[in-house]
Amino acid sequence: MVNIKETLSKGFFRDNPIFVQILGICSALAVTNLMMNSLIMGIGLMFVTAFSEMTVSLIRDRTPKHIRMMIQTFIISFYVILLDIYLKAYMPAMSKALGPYVGLIITNCIIMGRCEAFAQNNTPGESFIDGMAYGGGYAMVLLMIAFIRELLGFGTLFGLRVMPESFVNWTLMVMPPAAFFILAVIIWIAKGIIAKQDEKEGVKTA
Amino acid sequence: MIELNPFVIFFAAIFTNNMILSNFLGMCSFIAVSKEIKTAFSLGQAVTFVLTFTTVLNYFIYYKILVPYNLEYLRFIIFIISIAAFVQLVEMIIDRYFPSLYYALGIFLPLITVNCAVLGVSLFMIIREYTFIQSLSFGIGSGLGWTLAIVAMAGIRQKIKNNNIPKGLEGPGITLIITGIMALAFIGFSGIVQIQ
Repeated sequence: MVNIKETLSKGFFRDNPIFVQILGICSALAVTNLMMNSLIMGIGLMFVTAFSEMTVSLIRDRTPKHIRMMIQTFIISFYVILLDIYLKAYMPAMSKALGPYVGLIITNCIIMGRCEAFAQNNTPGESFIDGMAYGGGYAMVLLMIAFIRELLGFGTLFGLRVMPESFVNWTLMVMPPAAFFILAVIIWIAKGIIAKQDEKEGVKTA
Repeated sequence: MIELNPFVIFFAAIFTNNMILSNFLGMCSFIAVSKEIKTAFSLGQAVTFVLTFTTVLNYFIYYKILVPYNLEYLRFIIFIISIAAFVQLVEMIIDRYFPSLYYALGIFLPLITVNCAVLGVSLFMIIREYTFIQSLSFGIGSGLGWTLAIVAMAGIRQKIKNNNIPKGLEGPGITLIITGIMALAFIGFSGIVQIQ
C-alpha cells in the first residue's frame, strides 16, 4: 500500500512535475496571465490526470505491452475531449480564452509520464490519488505564477481590484517574457529549498 | 476574420507570433535538445518538415472528413493519430531511401510526435479559421520560427557552458531566463505585423 501522505508530498513538492521534473511547462506558461484561467486549467489537468491514470490502471492487465502507449494516448484524449466539450457548454468565455491549450493537455508529458511510471504497476485507487497529487502540484505552481503576473500586470486577483488606483500596471508581466522569468525564479527557489532539506537529512542519517 | 495575406502570416509566425517565444509551444524539447547548435538545427529541420506536412494533412482531414460528418469534437484524437502516423511513415521512407538523412534526423523523429508545437499549430489553424494557403504558410513559418529560436538558444548555451551559474539555476533555470530575454527582444518585432 502506497502511503497517501507521501504521495501527496511528492506530487506537490519533492517530485513536482513543473519545477523538479520540468514537464508540461508549455501550458503552464501560456495560461498564467490570469488567476481564473490558471485555476480552470489546473482543475482540468487534475481531472484528466486522475481519471486517465485510474483507467490505465484498471485495464493494465488486459493491455498488450507493445501497444500500451497508443492506448494511453487514446484514454487521455478521451478525457480531454470530455473536458473540452464541458468547457464549451458551460464556460464558453473560458473555453475561448484557453484556446488550443485545452487540446494540448494531450501532449502534456505529465500525464503520459505518470501513466507509464505509476499507473502501470499500481491499483486504480492509488493511481487516482497519485493523479490528483501530481495534477494538484501542477495547479499549485500555475496559481503561484498567475498570482504574481495578474497582481503586477493588472492589479487584480481573480478579476477583483486589489491594488490601489494609483498603481500603474506593469504591462510586461502579462507578456510572454515575464512568464519565463517567473518560472525560472520559482525553479531556482524550489531547488534551493530541496537542496537544503537534503543537506539536513544527510546530517541526520550520518 | 479579416483576410490576411499568406506572406503576412508567414512572417508573423516567424517573428511576432513565434511558437516558442510567444505561444510557449514545444518547450520540452526546446529545453532538452538545445545544448549543441548542430543537433538543434537537425531537430529544427525535422520539426519544420513535419509541421508543414501535418498542417496540410490535418487541414484536409478536418474540412473534408470531420466537418461534413459533424465530428469536430473528435479533432484532438484524430490529429494525434494523423501526426503519429505521418511521423512513422516519414521515418520508414527516410530509413529506406535516404540513410544519411536518417542518421541525422532519425532519433528526433519519434520526439516530434509529442512536440506540442505540431499539435498546437493544427489547433491554431482551426481556431483562427485559416484558408488552405494561409494554413500552409502558417505551418512553414511556425517551423522556421521554432528552428530560429532553438538554434539561437543552442548558440547561447554553448557560449555559457563553462560559466559559473548560481546553484539551483543550472540547466532548465538559466535556459528559461535566457528564453525570457530572447522573448523580450522578439517583442521588438511586434510592431511590424500582428496576427490575432
